[in-house]
Amino acid sequence: MSVAVVASTVLICAGGACISAGEKSVKQVFEEKLREFALDSVVQVVETGCMGACNLGPLAVIYPEGIFYQKLTPQAAEEIVVEHLLKGRPVEKYLYKGPAGEIKAKSQEELPFFKRQVKIATRNLGVIDPTDIDEYIGRDGYFALMKVLKEMTPEEVIAEIKSSGLRGRGGAGFPTGLKWELCRKNEADQKFIICNADEGDPGAFMDRSILEGDPHSVLEGMAIGAYAIGASRGFIYVRAEYPLAIERLNIAIEQAREYGFLGENILGTDFSFDIEIRIGAGAFVCGEETALMASIEGERGQPRVKPPYPVQSGLWGKPTVINNVETLANVPPIILKGAQWFASIGTETSKGTKVFALAGKIRNTGLVEVPMGITLRELIYEIGGGIPSGKKLKAVQTGGPSGGCIPAEHLDVRVDYESLKELGTIMGSGGMVVMDEDDCMVDVAKFFLGFTVEESCGKCTPCREGTKVMLDLLEKITSGEGTHEDLEKLKELAQFISEASLCGLGQTAPNPVLSTMRYFWDEYIAHVEEKRCPAKRCKALIRYVIDPQKCVGCTACARVCPVAAITGEIRKPHEIDPEICTRCGSCMEVCRFDAISKVSP
Amino acid sequence: MDVAQIEKTVKEIYEQVKSESLEEGDVLINTLHRIQDHFGNFIPPEAAETLAELMDLPLSKIYEVLTFYTMFSTRPRGKYVIRVCESTPCHVTGGKAVVEALKETLGIDFNQTTEDGLFTLEFSSCLGLCGVAPVMMINDMAYGNLTPERVKAIIEELRGGEAE
Ligand SMILES: Cc1cc2nc3c(=O)[nH]c(=O)nc-3n(C[C@H](O)[C@H](O)[C@H](O)COP(=O)(O)O)c2cc1C
Ligand code: SF4
Ligand code: SF4
Ligand code: FES
Ligand code: FES
Repeated sequence: MSVAVVASTVLICAGGACISAGEKSVKQVFEEKLREFALDSVVQVVETGCMGACNLGPLAVIYPEGIFYQKLTPQAAEEIVVEHLLKGRPVEKYLYKGPAGEIKAKSQEELPFFKRQVKIATRNLGVIDPTDIDEYIGRDGYFALMKVLKEMTPEEVIAEIKSSGLRGRGGAGFPTGLKWELCRKNEADQKFIICNADEGDPGAFMDRSILEGDPHSVLEGMAIGAYAIGASRGFIYVRAEYPLAIERLNIAIEQAREYGFLGENILGTDFSFDIEIRIGAGAFVCGEETALMASIEGERGQPRVKPPYPVQSGLWGKPTVINNVETLANVPPIILKGAQWFASIGTETSKGTKVFALAGKIRNTGLVEVPMGITLRELIYEIGGGIPSGKKLKAVQTGGPSGGCIPAEHLDVRVDYESLKELGTIMGSGGMVVMDEDDCMVDVAKFFLGFTVEESCGKCTPCREGTKVMLDLLEKITSGEGTHEDLEKLKELAQFISEASLCGLGQTAPNPVLSTMRYFWDEYIAHVEEKRCPAKRCKALIRYVIDPQKCVGCTACARVCPVAAITGEIRKPHEIDPEICTRCGSCMEVCRFDAISKVSP
Repeated sequence: MDVAQIEKTVKEIYEQVKSESLEEGDVLINTLHRIQDHFGNFIPPEAAETLAELMDLPLSKIYEVLTFYTMFSTRPRGKYVIRVCESTPCHVTGGKAVVEALKETLGIDFNQTTEDGLFTLEFSSCLGLCGVAPVMMINDMAYGNLTPERVKAIIEELRGGEAE
């Protein structure tokens, strides 16, 4: 590349979500058109990591103005080159649109979705090219490692992390500094540090985005951790479903070795440390730390009894620290800016920020990083843009299959470890699934149980068999055959499974059921007593009916019905035979006169 | 494929993985991944046998590991392995219709392979792309914002590409 003066930079999001929405062809057109107009020496196109607003992808931000474009297509890219980059006129129709559809030609930093965020773990996402170590270094990358190696003893590093209040972001929230200290204290000829990148909680994708968008921050965090505990080897255990993350990690490790941040005698000191990638093979339970270690060792990934804890006897029996991706990405900024700075963000017991993945019935799905203690309402409405289609929010599910739901009346809860626990759910890895009035909470609970049944490793009978029985009971209830005894049995089983299972998967599997029972007991009762599904979701409990007042007899529904359940003469009201109808819903979609509705019972 | 050829290939893969690994004793799963990639989305019995010999492990041990992980297959699979996400965020945003469209377009159910040997349909838990739910992966490529129409178009395109 020539060293021409760069007038503009087009930052294109090359996070997994944007790629799957067609980013590659957009980038190609940007580059082609720039060449065509001989702009390629003054306009630089850079691929970055996830910008967070994944549902608007493919995304691009054009600097120096910071103009934010959404939902790009090859056609859009061409127009933007011709209009914006050549003539200096932003192209309105592709600009970011606010919740009300108004157009914003403002810079990215001023948009509500970005304005409220405080980015620490995701500081480089969407800003740097993740495949270029120089860009990471240009944003103070590896300075923390240098500082640690040149100026701090391992004990000082541990003290710093301890006083920052950083807690694990992988689910359990264990204090990171304390974990490191426990491992440091165990004498051994070899120790390991493992990065847990098995991210399996449905709805969570922050680890993926960090690995894809800023892999060096994880490597640096691991190197600092390794120095603190006295480890010479590290492993990153990534799930095989994340090929892009694996590719970018491989590039990053290669570059870090070249620059001497990994390998023998790092930065001329006598500290040596190297990292390898291990790839999972599709087993959720491998995210549990003891199962993960078994998997690295080439065994079936089944959990074992703790103690001994990994810090005592981990990988191949050696003291081992296992930390989550997001936890590690927080480490370099804490070292550089100090524990005081980090501890000044967040609440009394939950320090710093948390990355949340917003999904489900929410306008702005995607990734956000906010200070701990923000209210759920702010998170959902101010940042997430609220619920689309004017429906009412019913509940927010947090913590995935180990968690529970927070009903609408508790929207003002502060999001931190303790407050969520009080409401009967957990922070988990930070996945948040927003549900509206169309979602049946019994169905949701059934769905999570289905996940557990699928993912139980089979070692403990309560987890393996008990969850199946719970699932069958829920199946019975959602098909209108449940009884009060079934509800009681569900509660008993829940208690038993959580007490008698070995690992977190089994222990927390009943949570979605307990939590929905706690807040939506009336829905369970409606299913059991009235054979009614209030959300009109459970197929066995609903019927489709045609309102003869509204039906004009256009025959559209009869033609679309796959099982010929609809009869009626042309221009006369039609009728649905509930015996034949399979509740597919197609007729309701095609009726232009709003004559078809769902009823329950 | 003849047995001698498989043996030779597995041996090469094993040596390669070993040489890239900093630790010993943890190469099994990596090797299985490579073998699976090499033989087209499954692990042939001959390959498992060869590997057992090379690593000096009982064959049962190899299968014990192999069968635990859903990503490994002992049966031949299609050239394109489709993994469609069935987790909550995809489910509540129309995933069900997408799954049905896939089954219909391919004419197969989960864990089956089309007669032409092109496609195998499997389900997956969250693929970490919930921002663009519903989502599926075809081999290493992810596809987001799926609708029944898009699913059909994608499959048709792959089929068309094969027919050429
Ligand atoms: C069934 C199960 C699955 C888990 N999955 C993950 C995971 O995908 N990622 C993760 O970081 N931690 C996961 N954990 C938690 C880990 O066991 C461990 O606590 C964590 O990696 C520690 O890192 P941290 O202290 O930095 O959070 C899981 C735990 C259980 C019981
Ligand atoms: S609780 Fe379930 S997942 Fe955990 S070890 Fe027991 S059977 Fe396996
Ligand atoms: S819901 Fe489906 S099966 Fe029932 S009448 Fe309508 S189109 Fe036919
Ligand atoms: S992947 Fe592009 S914004 Fe998330
Ligand atoms: S739930 Fe489908 S990708 Fe996350």
